[in-house]
Amino acid sequence: MLRRSVLGLLSRAPRYYTTMASSSTPMQDAIREKITEALKPSTLEIHNDSHLHAHHSAMRGVTSTETHFRLVITSEAFRSKMQPARHRMVYGLLKDEMAKEGGIHALQLRTMTPEEEERRKAQEQS
Amino acid sequence: MFSRTVFSRSILRQTAAAVARPTAAPTPAFRPFLLTASQIRLLSDQTRQAIDKAVGSAPVVLFMKGTPETPQCGFSRASIQILGLQGVDPNKFAAFNVLEDPELRQGIKEYSDWPTIPQLYVDKEFIGGCDIIVSMHQNGELAKLLDEKKVLATEAEAEGEEKKE
Repeated sequence: MLRRSVLGLLSRAPRYYTTMASSSTPMQDAIREKITEALKPSTLEIHNDSHLHAHHSAMRGVTSTETHFRLVITSEAFRSKMQPARHRMVYGLLKDEMAKEGGIHALQLRTMTPEEEERRKAQEQS
Repeated sequence: MFSRTVFSRSILRQTAAAVARPTAAPTPAFRPFLLTASQIRLLSDQTRQAIDKAVGSAPVVLFMKGTPETPQCGFSRASIQILGLQGVDPNKFAAFNVLEDPELRQGIKEYSDWPTIPQLYVDKEFIGGCDIIVSMHQNGELAKLLDEKKVLATEAEAEGEEKKE
C-alpha cells in the first residue's frame, strides 16, 4: 500500500503527525513520542516490518498492522551502558505497547552512541 | 522442571561443519550482566526455582520458540544458527521451547527482565536476545565469550563427528 511504501518518509514526518486525532499508525506514533522524549535521540529510525510477518502462525487473528518493528536509535543516553542495559531501557519505555493484546509482538533494536554510529558509518563506507 | 530439548548434532554439523568459526576480533572484554534482586519479582518461588534449574542445566542455554530442529520464529532460528556456526558443543548446550509451557514463557520474561524470546544464557549469565547475539556474532565478542567459557566443540571432536557420518 501507499502508506507502507512511504514509511521511510513518514518516520521522518514532523512531530504534529503524532498528535493527530485519528492516526493510522498509533503504535509507531507512541514509539516515536516516548523514545524521543526519554532518550533525545540524534538518530531515530522506525521501520514497520509487520507485513513481513503477517503470515506467521503467531499472528493468526491479529488485525493490527503494527506488530513488528525495527528501531535504530542513536543516543547519548546509551553511553557507558552495555547492550542488554540499553535494550532494557527501550523495552521499559515501550512496556505498555509490548504487553498490550495485539500490541508490539517483536522489536528489533540497534542501539548506539553517537561515536558508535560514526564508526559504523565509516566502516560501511570503507 | 521444564523439558529440555537437546541440541541436535545434525543441526550442529550442518551449520558448524560448513563454515569456519570467525576469529575473535580485538574487542573489549565482555562484562557479564548480573540480575539484581529487584528484577526478579512477581515470580512464584516454584517457577523461579524451575527456571534456575533450566538456566543451570547446561553451560549454554537458549530459551526459544520451537526446537533447534524446527524453530517456530525467525529470531529463534537465527539465534540457533549462530550457536551452530560458532561451534557450540552439543553436550554443553540445552534449548527450552517456551511454546510448550506457558509458565516458562511468561516466567522467563520476568526472570530475565527481558520481554522477548529468544534469550541466551552462558554459565547462568544472561547474554541477550537475538539482536545482541547477532551483533556479538558479527563483532567477534560471541566467539571470544564462548571460547573463554570453553563451551565450543574442539576441532578433533568436530572432525570425529564428521567421519562418523
